[in-house]
Amino acid sequence: MNIGRESPPSLWTSPQPAMEVRPVLVALTGQPNVGKSTVFNLLTGLNQHVGNWPGKTIGRKEGTLDYGGTAYRLVDLPGTYSLTANSAEEVIAREFIIREQPDVVVALVDAAILERSLYLVAELIALPAPVVVGLNMIDVAEQEGVRIEPEVLEAALGVPVVPMVATKNVGVRELVDTVDQVARGEIRCNPKPPRIREDHQDVLDEIEELVAGCVPAPYPQEWVALKLLEGDEEVTHMMQGCLTDAQWEAVHDVLRAHDDALVAVASGRYEWIGRMIRAAVTRPKAGQIGLTERLDRWATHPFWGLLILAGILGLTFWLTYVIGAPVQDLLDTYVVGGLAELAQVWLSGAPAWIANLVADGIVGGAGSVLTFLPILVIFFAVMGVLEDMGYMARAAYVMDGFMHLMGLHGKSFLPLFLGFGCNVPAVLGARVIESQRARLLTLLLAPLIPCTARMAVVAFLAPAFFGPAATLVSWGLVLLALVVLALSGVLINKTVFRGQRAAFIMELPLYHLPNWRTIGLLVWQRSISFVKKAGTLILAVSVIVWALSVLPDGEIETSFLARIGRLLEPVGRPMGFDWRLVVALLTSFIAKENAIATLGVLFGAGKEAGLAGTLAATFSAATGLAFLVVQMLFVPCVATVAVVRQETGSWRWTLFNLGFLLVVSYAVGVAVFWLASMVSL
Amino acid sequence: MRSRSKARRKARSTPSETTSKNSIVPLSALRPGERGVVTALTGGRGMLSRMASLGFTPGAEVTVMQNFGRGPIIARVRDARIALGRGEASKIQVRR
Repeated sequence: MNIGRESPPSLWTSPQPAMEVRPVLVALTGQPNVGKSTVFNLLTGLNQHVGNWPGKTIGRKEGTLDYGGTAYRLVDLPGTYSLTANSAEEVIAREFIIREQPDVVVALVDAAILERSLYLVAELIALPAPVVVGLNMIDVAEQEGVRIEPEVLEAALGVPVVPMVATKNVGVRELVDTVDQVARGEIRCNPKPPRIREDHQDVLDEIEELVAGCVPAPYPQEWVALKLLEGDEEVTHMMQGCLTDAQWEAVHDVLRAHDDALVAVASGRYEWIGRMIRAAVTRPKAGQIGLTERLDRWATHPFWGLLILAGILGLTFWLTYVIGAPVQDLLDTYVVGGLAELAQVWLSGAPAWIANLVADGIVGGAGSVLTFLPILVIFFAVMGVLEDMGYMARAAYVMDGFMHLMGLHGKSFLPLFLGFGCNVPAVLGARVIESQRARLLTLLLAPLIPCTARMAVVAFLAPAFFGPAATLVSWGLVLLALVVLALSGVLINKTVFRGQRAAFIMELPLYHLPNWRTIGLLVWQRSISFVKKAGTLILAVSVIVWALSVLPDGEIETSFLARIGRLLEPVGRPMGFDWRLVVALLTSFIAKENAIATLGVLFGAGKEAGLAGTLAATFSAATGLAFLVVQMLFVPCVATVAVVRQETGSWRWTLFNLGFLLVVSYAVGVAVFWLASMVSL
Repeated sequence: MRSRSKARRKARSTPSETTSKNSIVPLSALRPGERGVVTALTGGRGMLSRMASLGFTPGAEVTVMQNFGRGPIIARVRDARIALGRGEASKIQVRR
């Protein structure tokens, strides 16, 4: 191998125009928690495009980079432990490498968990694309007393190895330089992939012979044979379609006689890794107790761990609402209020309906919703810090016992917690759960988590109805929602799923200091998607609601919206609702914040008493409480429903979810109204 | 691999462990701080594949970090900390 490295040109100076028409395609791979997003963000900065993999809801990040005049296209593949089709992520990663044939595959490994990290490399170097290994977190490894010789590892693997500390931007330039040299053919890789354990070599040869000539391009024949032996469902399915019945029968017979081969294949890989480690690791790990172990004595303790989690949750909400809510209030009063007044003044020459459309429909509706941005930014930032530090896995671990009550396990806690920010990422996040049934139950329950939008409605209305007791009422409502969630989980698990149990196995990563760049980008991307929603969907609904409220004759009392509301008013009457509250709930289906926007339009925001005051004067406290309860438990917003449909892949489950939430919110709402009236609220 | 682990275990074994040495038990039966070597895995293909990719294969040395007798456990395998449900831990057989 020729690994003479010249001093690399600067990464950050402006490059000469690229000569090639097609940019060099680089795939970034690695197991979870190896610092892949840190490296990706360092390399591409804001030159990245976030989207979805075709037909999947798994985030796809792609970015561009110029290096010494060459244009690079960098694709961040999902973090996976292996390339066997256990999950959609693993299928995406390997399909990309086999079908798109990247010029270089960068495999990041964690030097502190070198043995386990190399498992993915063992699979990657058996594929045709050239691999460059980024040996990340060498500082952490050295802290733990482990010393690795990159040159020896390089010689043993037969592919370049670049030592790096991505969080400190050490070695990243060398990594790009090595990728560049591999792409130019200046470094030739000579990979030495693992062989199967000797006792299974004959079987592997036999299968390869049986499928020879029938493997569709561009799949490597030997790889397909190995995956068949591992019992990989996707590959098995593919080959079943490519072989004749007789041929498949022959393959199937061999596979059936060796259904334990999976363990042999995995053991073979670890034996291969063991040889690499024995060669390259000059000083093995000392038996000392690290910071992570010390912290975990508390953070994963069945009692103290729960207490710590409760404290962190409390602090998260405190930060979010104590800092976020006043900012939201200021924005609402000065920016939205000011803009509405300005609009009235500026547009005084235009027809009255245009001024009203802008002031009430656009600014009052969509504008009010945008004021929630500070609350969301703070919540997403806190979540990002907890996730990046490695705490969230501990939260999942200590919640495992509680989640078992619902037939779920700890991992389901992660997406549900994300739901406090927004239900959409919660439903999407349910994908981390491997079991189909547990994933389904998690995403059916996710809409019961009070998201920031619902909490904003509570934060707005509770003080009006309950004055100093507002905080107590708000916490009570959150608690109520969680109790309903737990009971619903137990109920659905017992009746629909009949109490099956899901497997729980997950890695607890090392704790480390948060990387602000990673968190900043995460918050930025989530905020942008929220602003887009406010600028499109919520804006459209605000305008429609406004139009329905003034058509046909400009009077709210006789408008179309009033007619729809009056039609449904009898449904709300057991809770003291009038048609306006019913309409507010209906429009909250589009986006939860619309409940306030609609009430603002219907009660005429900007009156002296303010919307909150007007509402408190119009309705009893019992009705106010019932309204808050119903809106907490009501069907989720249309965006959440859309992702529930997409993730369940079934209208039946989606409709079941909607129906269930309708019944539950109505029943609990009526019960709360009845109780509240009993104590004469 | 296996012979290396054995040698290491021998060097580190303490007197208190000698009574139950060489018995094969589920991982969930190990006490915190106790070490064992994986001898067999049971379970469905998907589960086996996941366990293997996280480091649990026959011959791997495992140290239990946390086990309160109920609920999930934390085990250290191939330098990584893995949380396992009690059910999953009982499907991993180890020789202590």
